Amino acid sequence: MTDKKTLFIDGKEVEFTDEPNLLEVIRKAGMNVPTFCYRPDLTSFGACRMCVVEIEGRGIQSSCTMPPEAGLKIHLNTERTRRIRKTVLELLLANHDKECLTCEKSGNCELQKYSEEYGIRKIRYPEKSLEEYLPVDDSSPSIVRDPNKCILCGACVRACTEFQGHSVLGFANRGSKTVVQPMNGRPMGQVDCVNCGQCAAVCPTGALTIKSDVENVWNEITNPNKKVVVQMAPATRVAIGEMFGLKPGENSIKLMNAALRKIGFDLIFDTNFSADLTIMEEATEFLERLKSGQNLPLFTSCCPAWIKYLEDQHPDMLHHLSSCKSPMSMLSPVLKELVPKHFNIEKENLTVVAIMPCTAKKYECKRPELSKNGKPDTDYVLTTQELGRMIKEAGINFNAIEGEDADSPFGEYTGAGTIFGASGGVAEAAVRTAYEFATGEILQDVNIKQMRGTTNRSRDIELDLKGTKLVVRVVSTLREAEKAIQEIKSGKAPFQMLEVMACPGGCINGGGQPRSCDDSKIKAERAEGLYKEDSELTIRKSHMNPSIQKLYQEYLEHPNSHKAHEILHTIYQDRFAGSYKDI
Amino acid sequence: MSVENHHVVDTSKLDEIISTCGGKKSNLIAMLQKVQEVYRYLPEDAMIYIGTKVEGLSPATVFGVATFYAQFSLQPKGKFEIKVCDGTACHVRGSMPVLNAIRAKLNMQEGQLTSESGLFSLETVSCLGACGLAPVVVINDKVYPQMTSDAITIVLDTLIKEEN
Repeated sequence: MTDKKTLFIDGKEVEFTDEPNLLEVIRKAGMNVPTFCYRPDLTSFGACRMCVVEIEGRGIQSSCTMPPEAGLKIHLNTERTRRIRKTVLELLLANHDKECLTCEKSGNCELQKYSEEYGIRKIRYPEKSLEEYLPVDDSSPSIVRDPNKCILCGACVRACTEFQGHSVLGFANRGSKTVVQPMNGRPMGQVDCVNCGQCAAVCPTGALTIKSDVENVWNEITNPNKKVVVQMAPATRVAIGEMFGLKPGENSIKLMNAALRKIGFDLIFDTNFSADLTIMEEATEFLERLKSGQNLPLFTSCCPAWIKYLEDQHPDMLHHLSSCKSPMSMLSPVLKELVPKHFNIEKENLTVVAIMPCTAKKYECKRPELSKNGKPDTDYVLTTQELGRMIKEAGINFNAIEGEDADSPFGEYTGAGTIFGASGGVAEAAVRTAYEFATGEILQDVNIKQMRGTTNRSRDIELDLKGTKLVVRVVSTLREAEKAIQEIKSGKAPFQMLEVMACPGGCINGGGQPRSCDDSKIKAERAEGLYKEDSELTIRKSHMNPSIQKLYQEYLEHPNSHKAHEILHTIYQDRFAGSYKDI
Repeated sequence: MSVENHHVVDTSKLDEIISTCGGKKSNLIAMLQKVQEVYRYLPEDAMIYIGTKVEGLSPATVFGVATFYAQFSLQPKGKFEIKVCDGTACHVRGSMPVLNAIRAKLNMQEGQLTSESGLFSLETVSCLGACGLAPVVVINDKVYPQMTSDAITIVLDTLIKEEN
């Protein structure tokens, strides 16, 4: 057992064990100090100086970088700490674009919040002049970078490095000229950014925000000629409620369906349906590869950030990727093809919108191979956050509305589809189906618990397909994916399947989800919400979904058929050649 | 999707520099110093190349280090790098008139790093630690002590003459 030691916070004796820093001890004791730069999932940086505390005999220390010691007497709220925090806020504000009312982050901004809490009414320092303003970079399909709102806390730089391992964003220059930017100030849209949005997810201000498509979607909805259909990803249903006071992990799918109808979407479908479709194709593809021994390990292809990473950094590994489109990009062309027939709508008047936990999906929907006759299969992608805002804008009382079901037939799903939203879910769903396809027997216990988890970002799971031994590696974050790739390149990889999700913990922690960077536990709670739904559903294997079976009978013939390949599979390209890094 | 690229860097030279430094990211500053020795500045492509090849680095990280330290230049420097010390002692003993004399002689504006001919680059530096010899000018590692406007003009004349 770990030794229990104690220290004193504002006179109260508090126990601590292995907390990495004082700030964690303070938070566990139910108290708090403000911070901009501290994020529990990232290394401590000590940049913002907001979390300063006064320690008897030690003076002022930043609590995020100070390890706890037995017997320390800490004071959180003293005349000195208050003065320091106010000065920090004033200095930051003097240098800040204070167009708060029209800022994307308004209402969600930590600088705004603490300025209000600390009663900053007057800034004693000279304001930044207009000539010093830097241009806003909106070249990326997913992220808008406004350097004038950056407070140099470095959270985005750490997220890019520690999660994704390739530091697209970095500090440049020094002193008052310091900025956070991609290589030599290149536009975000022209570097090897994978659009995961984790930088925006940890940004305390409006310096990095999600590029909004809300107005575009309103325009489609209000256009009387357009029929707007919507699909939503598994991870969105266990997070959107957080924007309306519900607990993380609470499944709001029925409320979401109802809210989407109230907003004005004409037909509500579910990406979980096409997650099942993905499994049909991917499990079949995996078994074929196992049989032929070619292109193993198979890489899952649901995560658009992972795909771009591989195209940018390792084009020589693209043959490992499953040729399956992501669930979103499988459903959209099916909808574009079948909805006009089923629901008597003109083809050109159909708009497909996808609600995703993900900023990289905004990039994915713009990929030319995922379009037909110059029109994208998925017209717009909204993140969970953007949908939350639309619900608020429409004046819908989310918690008070009556839950509704999705529309048939593309709204029905199995438990296998819903767990796609958590790291390990795609692999678990694929194994449930692959086992039955390969052995012809019924898999009795569908719970493959070793595959689950949001904290361990890389795990190997050994399986036995009736004599065929299999190892599946499940990773989240591209940093872990890179390690797996290096193992493959050195010939040491023990696994035959590699599931990669770029965001830590999987889509439930995607860059488009409601804000969760202050609390490491939210990931697990959201994942739990998905596994709970899975356990409550009667059908938990993708190939048992009756709507999926019908779709194959009437339209797609069989998994990996010619028709299925035409609609559900895609191609990848070498993006290193000709890029700025190709020297 | 081929973009026309005019690269100024020789990648085999860069590979050599990376391997002399053990290919380790902790030796980045040494790598950049060697690159600057070769090119007299840090070409953008060299920073991108190192950031891509060396494990644990990225182009943006390399750029961050390169722009943090005053010793690195992102613009080409001249064949003769003139450093005028403007530390306290040198300043008091007249480093500014020396600097102005150099600018006049080489026809350079304030803020201009390299002369039109590309032969000279000029910058001021903080204390060189040779206050006893103030004011000090260093040209390509050679120290010129107790400079005056006239003395530095003669030094420059000699260098120009040798070049021609």
